[in-house]
Amino acid sequence: MRIAVASGKGGAGKTTIATSLAVIAAERGLTTTFLDCDVEEPNGHLFLHPALCQKQVVNVPVPQLDEKTCRDHGVCGRCGQACHFSAIVCLGDVVVVNPDLCHGCGACILACPANALKEVPHRTGVVESGQAGALRFAQGLLDVGQAMASPVIRRVKEWGAQEVPAGLTIVDAPPGTACPTVEAVRGSDFVLLVVEATPFGLHDAALAADTLEALGVRAAAVLNRVDRFVEAGRGITEFGGAILRGTMPVLARIPADRQVAEAYARGQMPIGVVPRFRQAMERLLTRLLEVARREAA
Amino acid sequence: MKVAISASEPGMSASVDPRFGRAHCFVVIDLESGALATSDNTISQSAAHGAGIQAAKTVVEAGARTVITGKVGPKALAALQAAHVDVYQCSGGTVQQAVERWWKGSLTKVTAATV
Repeated sequence: MRIAVASGKGGAGKTTIATSLAVIAAERGLTTTFLDCDVEEPNGHLFLHPALCQKQVVNVPVPQLDEKTCRDHGVCGRCGQACHFSAIVCLGDVVVVNPDLCHGCGACILACPANALKEVPHRTGVVESGQAGALRFAQGLLDVGQAMASPVIRRVKEWGAQEVPAGLTIVDAPPGTACPTVEAVRGSDFVLLVVEATPFGLHDAALAADTLEALGVRAAAVLNRVDRFVEAGRGITEFGGAILRGTMPVLARIPADRQVAEAYARGQMPIGVVPRFRQAMERLLTRLLEVARREAA
Repeated sequence: MKVAISASEPGMSASVDPRFGRAHCFVVIDLESGALATSDNTISQSAAHGAGIQAAKTVVEAGARTVITGKVGPKALAALQAAHVDVYQCSGGTVQQAVERWWKGSLTKVTAATV
């Protein structure tokens, strides 16, 4: 079973909850894998302290132009027409390649009637993997200045897919609703949406909920950092979207807790130092697995 | 010889759009015939990535060898330079004023990205 932990807004508590659930699952004897797919800033390792013994470079195949062959065939420009991302563009009689914008789809190669293009590897990041206690662990790390997170995320997922059949995989997804989030949650059996209980958090969670609905992925929410503002019902009614429309079940409401924030700020796992937070995560994992198994069945 | 100016709307009295890649449109002036044309740039305006490169393609296809604009990014500038298009920086004013200033030689040629 693969469960992705996602959020609309960054800083909603995704990594705190994802690492907590993974550690508790492993304690319960489940073969558990933690995949940090937040490749622009993977920080699960700060809490799980994995021994990263393997490192794999991630490349995207990008076009390389043989200018002479291209000129000999009259610079037809079909490569540029085939590319939807301006990674290759034909400007008059000049073809310009921008590897940083390339998705590696190969459309330009197919479109070129002169065989003037060939694919060469362009590095975008690395996948680091190993063991964190009882957890199998992998994280993607996008190179600085690179824009293409999805290929790195795909490789992290591929690493994780070499899994034991009965095991549980927790995917820490990047926040938001864009390509990296879609790639991280794609193929998951279930998604846990971490919702920061603030107007901003609820607003972005509603967008994320709509994205998950469009992807056809079953999901449930956990309201995190609930304070009196939210308890009074303000904010949720205004911004809660799908969650409050009742289309997405809410599995737990985690109160705002200064001790949890302090533990996090020290780089400690809050489940290790705040017993009431551990209890909340224990209950959340039990409910999550129940609901996910029911939905996946 | 054609000059393209990033503009907020068509016409000589339009204000210069300070953005190159996400400019509303380009006013293209043929200096020999005096003919005036507009190149739409809405595709680039709504693009998630590569707006500057698309805009460069638009002005090259319009036949411009000179661009007058506010700020231009590194990818767009590299594309324009590859296509042998000169870029001049102009802040504020109308398309008319921008062309006059360029003609008098009082605009600075852009040699490095300005964003």
